[in-house]
Amino acid sequence: MSGARRLLLTGGIVLALWGMSYGLWYAVFAEHQALEEIGSSLARGFSGAAARNIALAEASLRQYQQAKYVYDRQVDVHGHWIGLAMVLVVAGIGLDRLAFSERIKMLLSVTALLGSFLFPLGVLLQTLNRGNGPRAVAILGSALIIAALGTFALGFARKPAA
Amino acid sequence: MSSSQGAMPLESDTVFVQSQTFAPLSARRLLLLGGMGLILVGMIFGDIFAVFVLHQNAARVGASLAAASHAALGGDSAAVVKNFQNVGSFLENRGTKVDTHVHIIAFGYVALMLALLVPWMTLSATTKKRLAWLLLCGAGLLPLCVFLIHYVGLAYSPLQAIGWASIFADLGGLLVIVALAGFLYGLVKRFLSAERAPVEDELLAGSSATGRSLLAGGSFLVLLGFLHGTYYAAVDLYRHEALDYAILSQISVGAAGENTTAVESALAAYGRLQGDKAVNIAAHAHIIEFGLLAMLLAYFQPYVNLRAAWKQRWAVVLLLGSVLLPVCVLLELNYGLVAGGLADIAGLLVIVAMLAMWIGILRYTGKLDAGGAT
Repeated sequence: MSGARRLLLTGGIVLALWGMSYGLWYAVFAEHQALEEIGSSLARGFSGAAARNIALAEASLRQYQQAKYVYDRQVDVHGHWIGLAMVLVVAGIGLDRLAFSERIKMLLSVTALLGSFLFPLGVLLQTLNRGNGPRAVAILGSALIIAALGTFALGFARKPAA
Repeated sequence: MSSSQGAMPLESDTVFVQSQTFAPLSARRLLLLGGMGLILVGMIFGDIFAVFVLHQNAARVGASLAAASHAALGGDSAAVVKNFQNVGSFLENRGTKVDTHVHIIAFGYVALMLALLVPWMTLSATTKKRLAWLLLCGAGLLPLCVFLIHYVGLAYSPLQAIGWASIFADLGGLLVIVALAGFLYGLVKRFLSAERAPVEDELLAGSSATGRSLLAGGSFLVLLGFLHGTYYAAVDLYRHEALDYAILSQISVGAAGENTTAVESALAAYGRLQGDKAVNIAAHAHIIEFGLLAMLLAYFQPYVNLRAAWKQRWAVVLLLGSVLLPVCVLLELNYGLVAGGLADIAGLLVIVAMLAMWIGILRYTGKLDAGGAT
């Protein structure tokens, strides 16, 4: 098995396990509380409106907004880490069909693996810091993935030499 | 046919011998046929859900939210809470059906991936077969029980918050985890072994025109899905999040100020926003999943015992449906039910193409078992 293929297969499986472990931790320790906060703050906001208490309604809806911002990203991170890991494994299985040199295949594998780890990480970091740093990490990660996926697609489409 | 294809024993209706890895009731055969069966069932369920449940349920959620807003407008806090409980119930109904659809298909993908990796596992054929059955049982049990959660509720449950359906769904998940751990053990054992012999799997060595179309087409679909997701994150995500808060705020301020017009206009805007978000997320998820499916099916083309021309046609139909469905889902906002209907037809194209490939593989197993393989 070539180094590039081993990297994609091993990296993909490790990333999937990492994503699943994160999901397990999230489901056990965080998700229920997050959903509870989203639902209760929204209901409190409307109850505040019914009681003509605009300050309570606004504060509750702000709480809802914050909780949902974090929840959406945490769920997305879980799905993207595992989804990208599956793409890595599937691409890795067929890496020998790519009509590229071993060096390019290795470069491609490193790019895909790095991007697949960094993109969801950047999204996750946005729940801790809303500045440009986490966004830059997510953008860099997605750029790496797009570059790798585009090259994979072109490589798979090319007819192998007879 | 090109010279390279002509040289390959895997092209067209040629059947080649892989009696060891694809024997009757072997792990690979179970995982391949079972995995494709799971994906087919999940897709058919998804199509039925989209036609008969999705829109009706969304309308009920919208109606309950509107009722909660009107209750707030009328100063009735108790009715607000009651209507939010209704929203919760409708969302649970929808959520369990989406989870059923998603899990059954995801388990199918896992089964297909494992079918490819089976030769790399240092386990006995019997152990692999048992693990495959365990995975398929869990993969069937979990989605079925998730589907039943909404209907069974807490009836006869020994626990206060978790019903029997949830308990059996968890049991299904546990079976899948145990099976996956077993397969992973086999893989790790092989990778750690100093005396491992190289694996020669003709499935992976083959490079037929159909396999190449599916592999390249699948990669392009995944790329397209990723580009769409990037565009959505850059252009719409933050705007949608800001709008979500702004509209809800408009509803509550309007209700507190007893401004019916403001509440009604905000409710209409909220419905449009939820629709916009839903179609973007659905299109993004579906195009990537179909891409992954096409890539996985590419590897199994040597087992599809159909004429080369028909294999190519079904690959094109699968890719066509895979592009059309997400595009039509995106167009649903502007073209409503027409686009929705076309999306359902596109889903049907993917199902029919997959079914054709599944039948082709069944034909191959029949030929292999009858000793007709050449």
